[in-house]
Amino acid sequence: MSHSTVPRSSTEAGTLEKVPVASGDTTGFREKPPAGKLSLRHRFRRDRVLVLMTLPAVLLVLVFNYLPILGNVVAFQDYDPYISDNGIVSILNSPFVGVENFQRIFEDSAFWNAVENTLVLFFVQLLLFFPIPILLALLINSVVRPRVRAVAQAVLYLPHFFSWVLVIAVFQQMFGGAGMLSQLLRQNGYDGIDIMTNPDTFPFLLTAESVWKDAGWGIIVFLAALASVSPDLYEAAAMDGAGRWRRMWHVTLPALRPVIALLLVLRVGDALTVGFEQILLQRDAVGPGAGEVLDTFVWWNGVRNQDFSYAAAAGLIKGVVSIGLVLAANKVAHLMGEQGVYKK
Amino acid sequence: MTAVIEKPANKPRPWTAPPRPAWEEEPSKAGLAGKGIALSFACLAILFPLWIVIVTSLSSRKTIDEAGGLVLVPKGITFIAYQELLSGGQVTRAAIISILVTLVGTLFSMAVSVLCAYGLSRSGSLGHRWILMTLLATMFFSAGLIPTYLLVQSLGLMDSYLALILPSAISVFNILVLRGFFMGISQELIDSARIDGAGDFRILQQIVMPLSRAVLAVITLFYAVGYWSAWFNASLYLNDQDMMPLQNVMIQLVQKQEAPVGLGQAIKTGQLSGLAVQMAVMVMALLPVAVLSPFVQRHFKKGMLTGAVKG
Repeated sequence: MSHSTVPRSSTEAGTLEKVPVASGDTTGFREKPPAGKLSLRHRFRRDRVLVLMTLPAVLLVLVFNYLPILGNVVAFQDYDPYISDNGIVSILNSPFVGVENFQRIFEDSAFWNAVENTLVLFFVQLLLFFPIPILLALLINSVVRPRVRAVAQAVLYLPHFFSWVLVIAVFQQMFGGAGMLSQLLRQNGYDGIDIMTNPDTFPFLLTAESVWKDAGWGIIVFLAALASVSPDLYEAAAMDGAGRWRRMWHVTLPALRPVIALLLVLRVGDALTVGFEQILLQRDAVGPGAGEVLDTFVWWNGVRNQDFSYAAAAGLIKGVVSIGLVLAANKVAHLMGEQGVYKK
Repeated sequence: MTAVIEKPANKPRPWTAPPRPAWEEEPSKAGLAGKGIALSFACLAILFPLWIVIVTSLSSRKTIDEAGGLVLVPKGITFIAYQELLSGGQVTRAAIISILVTLVGTLFSMAVSVLCAYGLSRSGSLGHRWILMTLLATMFFSAGLIPTYLLVQSLGLMDSYLALILPSAISVFNILVLRGFFMGISQELIDSARIDGAGDFRILQQIVMPLSRAVLAVITLFYAVGYWSAWFNASLYLNDQDMMPLQNVMIQLVQKQEAPVGLGQAIKTGQLSGLAVQMAVMVMALLPVAVLSPFVQRHFKKGMLTGAVKG
């Protein structure tokens, strides 16, 4: 037979070059020498245009994301904004006070109030917001008529593209003192009700707004995960006698597990950020007692009261704790056998 | 005329359900009804408030007074609120500012992001790992509000529209999405263009970008919506009330219930209803995104999923 005369051994096949692979696998073959074999000069000549293309983005990131990190020195100063119109000149001429600002913060009851509000909001949103996109995705996924599905998705995605200003304005027209709900109550002989200024229900109001705006958008990642489940699994489960609910429990939900874990990790890592714009827009309506979170605390003290050092110190505390939370959340994800945001 | 033109048998009929696989049980009536109710409720919860906002914005003062405020059922449509708001003055100016900032900002963001994404998309290129790390790290920390504010002030960007564009011009997430897409384009295609004498800019323009229309559309929408919805940077970096974009004017008119500059008298005495004015401003803010986003809808998935970031 002719095929027995064809050389089978790789060493005889002229196109393959034997290259020892670093991992100790001495039998490995590569078709090309690895990129590292090219000289640096050669690679620079080949790739300089590519590097040049990334330059505008890198510059923007260096100036607006990295450079301000240095500005956190004001947290250790008694920064005086009136020295100069230029912030850098003011920083260079302001006296250092060590950790005095941090001591003041830890004795400030307004700060601890903001911490408490932040944590309460985080947990309320986690409990009440997080499950809704999953349920909505299961619902949409069970709709089989393509047109119905597309229309429903278009409606559900829509509020995601509205600004927070608009979302809060819509809620105000529905639930404010002069809103739809009050109007209905008054027309039927009851007193009007203003949910927008009630501090007691504020966490639930915020969650309702978030659900209205973003729960629909949140289903996209779950729908993608659901679409990747092989129909064979459902068929096999049905053959084994599993009904609708058991198929959902044993096939659908396990397929969503990695996505749910990843989103939980992201959410926990971002726990101290609970919707800055949304809350800042409503802070004055409900008052700082219920409406102050860490981010608005920084804004109030820095931008409104011009106490930049104090505000920067509070912001720095939040930033450092947040980095810790992100790293810890990823660690937990890895321990659970999930991927997390980055690989080990 | 005996030849009856029949529809092709396999033409998709989007309003009806595709045939069920043999193993799947028939859905129960109660289950179907429950699903229908849940889905209708979710959609109505979104559409009902928008309906009221739009209808009230199109109602005359008389209709609004009769309804006791918000109008559910339209009784004669009038565009008076829009006419007044768009005939020059505060809201007209704010709308023009918002449109211009959105156009210029989106163009700038897309140019920077597409270039960067392509520059990082050819695996094994010089330094791309370092550049990628520099960008990725920014997703894990934030320098903080106060240092950023002091920096923008030091750069002399206060009271300048550049302050609305530059500090938030790029989203690393968007760059990663674009890069992921560009990486999927085969190296052979790019190599063959290079052999034909095309440089990197030409390859990007004539090969990579035409192949990536869907994801480019989605990311453009994301950036544009970001600029259109932004209000915080304007409140932080602009002091001149005449420079404010539409969202900031909406805060004044709707949340703080102020009358638009120059229209106070018309609202007090004339035909114009203050409520209709508020609603009209809200409609102006929601209309562009509500009209544009459904066109890109079927590509949203591409804009949400980066997959694992490969080196």
